[in-house]
Amino acid sequence: MKLDSKIPSGPMAEKWSRHKQDSKLINPKNKRKYSIIVVGSGLAGAAAAASLSELGYKVKCFCFQDSPRRAHSIAAQGGINAAKNYQNDGDSVHRLFYDTVKGGDFRAREANVHRLAEVSVNIIDQCVAQGVPFAREYGGGLANRSFGGAQVSRTFYARGQTGQQLLLGAYSALSKEIARGGVEMHTRTEMLDLVVADGETKGIITRNLVTGKVEAHAADTVLLCTGGYGNVFFLSTNAMGCNVTATWRAHRRGATFANPCYTQIHPTCIPVSGDYQSKLTLMSESLRNDGRVWVPKKAEDCGKPASQIPEADRDYFLERKYPSFGNLAPRDISSRAAKEACDDGRGVGPGGRGVYLDFSEAINEFGENVIKERYGNLFDMYERITGESAYKQPMRIYPAVHYTMGGLWVDYNLMSNLSGLHVLGEANFSDHGANRLGASALMQGLADGYFVIPTTVANYLVTQKPGAVTTAHPAFKEALEAANGRINQLLNVKGKRTVDSFHRELGLLVWDKCGMGRNRAGLEEALRRIPEIRAEFWENVLVPGSGSVANPELEKAGRVADFMEFAELLCRDALDREESCGGHFREEHQFPDGEAKRDDENFCYVSAYEYSGDLSKPILHKEPLTFEEVHLTLRSYK
Amino acid sequence: MALLNLHLKVWRQTGTQPGHFQDIEAPEIPDHASFLEMMDIVNERLIRAGQDPVAFDHDCREGICGMCSMTINGMAHGPERGTTTCQLHMRKFRTGDTIWVEPFRARAFPVVKDLMVDRSAFDRIMKAGGYVSVRTGAAPEANEIPVGKEIADAAMDAAACIGCGACVASCKNASAMLYVSAKAGQLNTLPQGHAEKDRRTLAMVRQMDAEGFGNCTNQYECEAACPKEISVRWIAKLNRDYAVASVKELVGAGRQQSQAGE
Ligand SMILES: Cc1cc2nc3c(=O)[nH]c(=O)nc-3n(C[C@H](O)[C@H](O)[C@H](O)COP(=O)(O)OP(=O)(O)OC[C@H]3O[C@@H](n4cnc5c(N)ncnc54)[C@H](O)[C@@H]3O)c2cc1C
Ligand code: SF4
Ligand code: FES
Repeated sequence: MKLDSKIPSGPMAEKWSRHKQDSKLINPKNKRKYSIIVVGSGLAGAAAAASLSELGYKVKCFCFQDSPRRAHSIAAQGGINAAKNYQNDGDSVHRLFYDTVKGGDFRAREANVHRLAEVSVNIIDQCVAQGVPFAREYGGGLANRSFGGAQVSRTFYARGQTGQQLLLGAYSALSKEIARGGVEMHTRTEMLDLVVADGETKGIITRNLVTGKVEAHAADTVLLCTGGYGNVFFLSTNAMGCNVTATWRAHRRGATFANPCYTQIHPTCIPVSGDYQSKLTLMSESLRNDGRVWVPKKAEDCGKPASQIPEADRDYFLERKYPSFGNLAPRDISSRAAKEACDDGRGVGPGGRGVYLDFSEAINEFGENVIKERYGNLFDMYERITGESAYKQPMRIYPAVHYTMGGLWVDYNLMSNLSGLHVLGEANFSDHGANRLGASALMQGLADGYFVIPTTVANYLVTQKPGAVTTAHPAFKEALEAANGRINQLLNVKGKRTVDSFHRELGLLVWDKCGMGRNRAGLEEALRRIPEIRAEFWENVLVPGSGSVANPELEKAGRVADFMEFAELLCRDALDREESCGGHFREEHQFPDGEAKRDDENFCYVSAYEYSGDLSKPILHKEPLTFEEVHLTLRSYK
Repeated sequence: MALLNLHLKVWRQTGTQPGHFQDIEAPEIPDHASFLEMMDIVNERLIRAGQDPVAFDHDCREGICGMCSMTINGMAHGPERGTTTCQLHMRKFRTGDTIWVEPFRARAFPVVKDLMVDRSAFDRIMKAGGYVSVRTGAAPEANEIPVGKEIADAAMDAAACIGCGACVASCKNASAMLYVSAKAGQLNTLPQGHAEKDRRTLAMVRQMDAEGFGNCTNQYECEAACPKEISVRWIAKLNRDYAVASVKELVGAGRQQSQAGE
């Protein structure tokens, strides 16, 4: 298999406009003949479904929640980047491009990132026109804040609810198109499999989560906008339903999975407090604009209340180690620094797995009301969960799994190696390399959905006769039978352990061996254990009820079964990549001061895995990365 | 961390069949757990005992997606003000408490199973007019639409609605006015939403009525139950916007008629 990234020729800054020029057009009358399946209604899916319907395509959109507005994008707090340079602080498309490539530790495709930076400005225009209530200055112009990994202020925000507001904007556009009849919306419907007919992706198999009915849907192309796989770790900041099922099933049907080991651990989350816990809660990165991160210098001070530790005995470790970025050092770096401090015995709170995020200085300087206006909802959330007030004492935070840079491999048109399958948003691998900068995922989801796919999808569709394949094709029958068979298999194990107990066991193992720090021995152990847990799952899982009614346990069981398979690929990729880059930190590969040691000579490529039929033997394909604009350098934030 | 011993009375129902309360003992619940984590523990025990776990909706567990929806001790989202079910923590209860857990009840929200209800009526109200008709790519430069900070802040107050339906569940008339007024109010407040203001207001209110939600009789239980503390002032605004739009519609219809007669 050859992975052709289809990067347009020409200078970096002209590639996208040239590609738009060169892309195929379909006249409005013919557009109506083409049908498109969009799986997912988050930023990527809702934006794509609405925009494609506006162009005249017939769209069917699917989500597993009871309303498209509840997709996980709703939970994004902090903001969205755009190179508007409204602050006149020297920002530009080129600088956003540069920051994102560097932030990704030189493991992303330059051309894709440049396009992302270019369309970022259109995204803000679009959202404002829809009525997204971004924060404003008194003069009526848009306000900005700073985010990690950047020295300019380019993040647009709507209080601490930016994702919610952007998603509601996209949902309103989607609602408009549903009303017009351009989009047929299927809520509470989960995709179970992808259908590939004679080498072309032509549909999906779904289960109606209310009636249990398993059905086939055909279209001329399929867009997966199904989000990330962070829940493979069990505990993460992701919503409970986030899953790898759609992308994993596509992988099993032939789509290559790229860089699965690039996972993001967010430095500022509320620490784990007990084994009943179902998820972890993020405290937005924007808090690091005003909060200072520290631990006691002396391990014996850790048990004391923060207020009794004098200034001289505090170690503001980010400011100390990274003076030019300070508390706004990027996520991977800040997370590792927090882990180091705790490994050093200087962590605070129960179990010693926490560091302080302290607002006392900002409260003294600006007053409590200003801090309340900026972060009130986050402080309230913190208090509800921990029972402590961050106005009175520092927050305790610890890193947690948050985002997944890896995903299905796509070319510049956002099409997978599997013909006719397009992948958008967090579900693809394309723009963030080995580490994503804050406020860039919302940007990518909307870029893909509003501005990229409406142009590039035509390049595939023109090669297809509309409606050529229907659900009468034998590939649909085979996939339907397989999906029904799997449901029955899950229900018939009738073992002794609940789905959650397996998910927790798998997640803790992957977090322990393939989380913030990874090493050969640990990864090899994980690769031994995962198939064992998986085997026990299929012998001993207990899924109550039946498949013909609403059955949340059955839904979870299907998702966990896929995580069980995917986890192996994740660890295998982490073992294979003998270097440290971004969120992937191999303990064997570090500088004496503990910084990540990249190996450009041997690993400057995208790892894309093909499913071989044997989970322990994926076939690795390499897409070499070349850097024309941003020179490969040591990524330093000192 | 303390452990609580609780007695639950949980609503069980399958589809359109009549439902009933089931007594479930919930011993040794960590007081740091959230309400939904307590339900997870209960379900884990039910499954292991060979019984049917309690079905409920949830996703983000951060109080933002609007999916969780339980009436706890007769209150939509339970006793803590400004808090969704998923963000309610067990430290608000005491050992020995009896807790009643029911779905969000309303004619327009039929029960799917146990504590899960169908809130698709809210989506249909949005479909009727909850948007600005702007095509992708047809937007002007963002800062060419100046919006005063006070206006943007007010719009954001309304936009904070998570679409959970607690306002409906808490209202004795099962009215959806708080939700609809927040959704329409956000766009009706902003300059971007002005062109379609009348059409939007009429369409959303009419769809709300068609869905079988009750009338608002100014009880204001909705505001007290709303996890995002959306103010009933938005209802007053919607009533004003509706009155203006209706009059314009009448006059407009009259003018059209008289033009037709000329
Ligand atoms: C707590 C939190 C805060 C964040 N804050 C920020 C931030 O401030 N800035 C930023 O840029 N990024 C942030 N992120 C990241 C960002 O929110 C996500 O990466 C982004 O929203 C993903 O969008 P998406 O459209 O790709 O997927 P999602 O929004 O996850 O949507 C996935 C969609 O796919 C559907 N789906 C999934 N699987 C199936 C299936 N099998 N069948 C049918 N439908 C399916 C779901 O129903 C849903 O509609 C944050 C993430 C988290 C967890
Ligand atoms: S107005 Fe409040 S209670 Fe009603 S749906 Fe919105 S957030 Fe929920
Ligand atoms: S689960 Fe999302 S608001 Fe409660």
